Amino acid sequence: MPPAIAQHEVTNRPRARARRLPPEVSILLVLIGLALLFELLGWIFVKQSFLFNEQRLIVMILQVSVIGIIAVGVTQVIITAGIDLSSGSVVALTAMVAASLAQSSDAVRAVYPSLHDLPVILPVAAGLAVGALAGFANGALIAGTAIPPFIATLGMMVTARGLARWYTHGQPVSMLTDAYAAIGNGAVPVVIFLATALLFHIALRYTRYGKFTYAIGANTQAARVSGIRVGRHLILVYTLAGTLSGLAGVVTAARAESGQAGMGMMYELDAIAAAVIGGASLSGGVGRITGTVIGTLILGVVTSGFTFLRIDAYYQEIVKGGIIVAAVIADQYRHRAQRR
Amino acid sequence: MSTVAEEAPAECLLEARDIRKAFPGVVALDGVSLKLRTHSVHALMGENGAGKSTLMKIIAGIYAPDEGELRLQGQAVRFASPREALQQGIAMIHQELNLLPSMSVAENVWIGREPLRFGLVNHRELRHHTRALLERLHIDLDPDAEVRRLSIAARQLVEIARALSYDSHLLIMDEPTSALTERDAERLFVIVRELRAEGKGILYITHRLEELTEIADEISVLRDGRYVGSGRPGELGRDEIIRMMVGRTLERIFPHEPGEPGDVALSLSHLTLPGHFYDVSFELRCGEILGLAGLVGCGRSKLAEAIFGLTPASGGEIRIDGQEVRIDSPRTSVAHGLGFVTEDRKETGCFLTLDVLENVAISVLSRDFVRIGFVRGPALRRACREMLQRLRVKTPDLNECIGNLSGGNQQKVLLGRWLLLGPRILILDEPTRGVDVGAKAEIHQLISRLVAQGMAVLMISSELPEILGMSDRVMVMHEGRVTGMLSREQADQVTIMDLAAR
Repeated sequence: MPPAIAQHEVTNRPRARARRLPPEVSILLVLIGLALLFELLGWIFVKQSFLFNEQRLIVMILQVSVIGIIAVGVTQVIITAGIDLSSGSVVALTAMVAASLAQSSDAVRAVYPSLHDLPVILPVAAGLAVGALAGFANGALIAGTAIPPFIATLGMMVTARGLARWYTHGQPVSMLTDAYAAIGNGAVPVVIFLATALLFHIALRYTRYGKFTYAIGANTQAARVSGIRVGRHLILVYTLAGTLSGLAGVVTAARAESGQAGMGMMYELDAIAAAVIGGASLSGGVGRITGTVIGTLILGVVTSGFTFLRIDAYYQEIVKGGIIVAAVIADQYRHRAQRR
Repeated sequence: MSTVAEEAPAECLLEARDIRKAFPGVVALDGVSLKLRTHSVHALMGENGAGKSTLMKIIAGIYAPDEGELRLQGQAVRFASPREALQQGIAMIHQELNLLPSMSVAENVWIGREPLRFGLVNHRELRHHTRALLERLHIDLDPDAEVRRLSIAARQLVEIARALSYDSHLLIMDEPTSALTERDAERLFVIVRELRAEGKGILYITHRLEELTEIADEISVLRDGRYVGSGRPGELGRDEIIRMMVGRTLERIFPHEPGEPGDVALSLSHLTLPGHFYDVSFELRCGEILGLAGLVGCGRSKLAEAIFGLTPASGGEIRIDGQEVRIDSPRTSVAHGLGFVTEDRKETGCFLTLDVLENVAISVLSRDFVRIGFVRGPALRRACREMLQRLRVKTPDLNECIGNLSGGNQQKVLLGRWLLLGPRILILDEPTRGVDVGAKAEIHQLISRLVAQGMAVLMISSELPEILGMSDRVMVMHEGRVTGMLSREQADQVTIMDLAAR
């Protein structure tokens, strides 16, 4: 899909046009190929269709929606040549905070015994705010001290997990209001995921925020020379990524109708995997939300495909690991081919 | 070339014959011959880009020559790698030192060849070897000292020790004194003289003319990839050497016609950044090109970065249109109407993963073509396309990845990035480096047009013809200080080289 701004050319050369397939095409083919593979295996081994089952498709996307929401934020961080390892822990922390403010009156409350049956906007806002705060801390640390993003967010990963446990002394928070639980009902998480993806797809492609994000990742020094306030912009990117982790936490708590400090374990790695499978380059300047969405769906197809074929979860992880590595290798070949 | 008077074969250590080496777009060396002898320091001189480094790298086995041959003690040799050259006794000391900062002196000297015991490094023996080597060279260093704690001069000595640990007969030194104080340089000369007395041959690259009489037995000059001539320091005078280095009779091929300079746009007084430049003062007027000449490393690029706010100066003041301004980031300098095309397109200029449109538009987006955060795509596109057409950038379309453009077109895109902002003061650091001849002339014409319209330009260049052809005035720097301010009439190659090389 050619971007809307691609209509005027310096000189119109069809050759240049034909050469430029969107980079997502190859990854989309992988998604379709995997889906067809499971379809075929389904008919052979389970005598069932894999794809023509509405229920399964919804569950498939539902399962990866939370990862997808995180991945939308992580993609932006990766485009700036950074990384965010704290997402999973921030999911746990924000799930706890949101759940604690979403308890109904008949609950045995772990925290805030006097606060119950609050309007749903409060726990949601609190979850997002805590996520934003964690992201801001990441960004400020990276921009202010120039420590590598890997280290800064590793610190936040441990800290946020600790805060999540400390908040209720390890107790889970349950019995949430119906209004809050509705956020996790049915296809709502899927809608949230796709809406988030659309929003940031537009932001990355059509706003100044997006242009600066790519520029910083492509060449930080050149971005600085060009008059971009690199530090400030990085703080914004990490804050947004944290906010999206917060949103993921809110959805997770709603789906589980509880908050637990062990939630979101290793989600950051799945999110990074989705972004990388989708074509984001860890060296920065490259990556798109559309690719990340497809990457997320690939993770979903693999997960439900294995469940569908009744194959052990162990194999699922082994194959997932292989797919991630294969995606990066393919990405490197593509880059090398471009440079020639 | 082989008609050069034959020396006694025992004396000749290495001979390079008719070496030719081309890189994409440039011929770095064209039929260069050189003889290096034992018991002798052979100085190699030439302007930036004359081919000195390429020649050294060929001798040290880093590059293979396209044509010509190397003869080591009469035998033709080909080195497939620096390692092979080392095994044949040729060692090179790089200008940018190649040491591992977190390891000890001893570890650095013997890296890759550590004495082993049961498969583990035998540290006692390592230290012992190193101490013996350093003593032989009269270098006073602790083998256990961590390299990162050593001064630049001491690191240079570690490099020399490492080079000699291979029992090399030929030592190549690339501007070894460029980062040294006079006293450290003196100590280095003592060691170099001792090596010469031992019978080593030394190929010594330098920009410092005053070192020649002190250290060199023979001087050879390269210019534009060709061999110009050789002589002994006693025979060749300083002026003679400079003339050999700059050589070519210069036609003013550049189109800049000096006009009537206007008001002072930019003035510096006593700008200082310790370690880089000191007490720099000048005035730059509207409609004027001030050329900034000097050898690489003389502080000229740092000065430009300081004016632009990338690495703010620590002392002195900057005035724009007579108003004192505090420039602490590129953003503030852009707001004051400055633009800066940096020296290194790849490192600090282009966004190589992005397309031409994004590369040209990135700076102007801070100010224009944005409504409530959204880029006004069509308007921006139109403006960028007009700018690129004005600069005659050759690109299939605006969405071409900038990495696929030629150097000249990339440079024009970077110029366009600033021109979209309509700056009044433009700093150009090597505006035509690595740009082909046609694009070069176009860029020069463009600069002239801009200046005729009243822009003030500070232009740094290593190419003297460019400096002489384009500048209304020329400022020369040497080791961080301004050593001369020449009018267009006063400026000529010999005067500038004299001020730049001291």
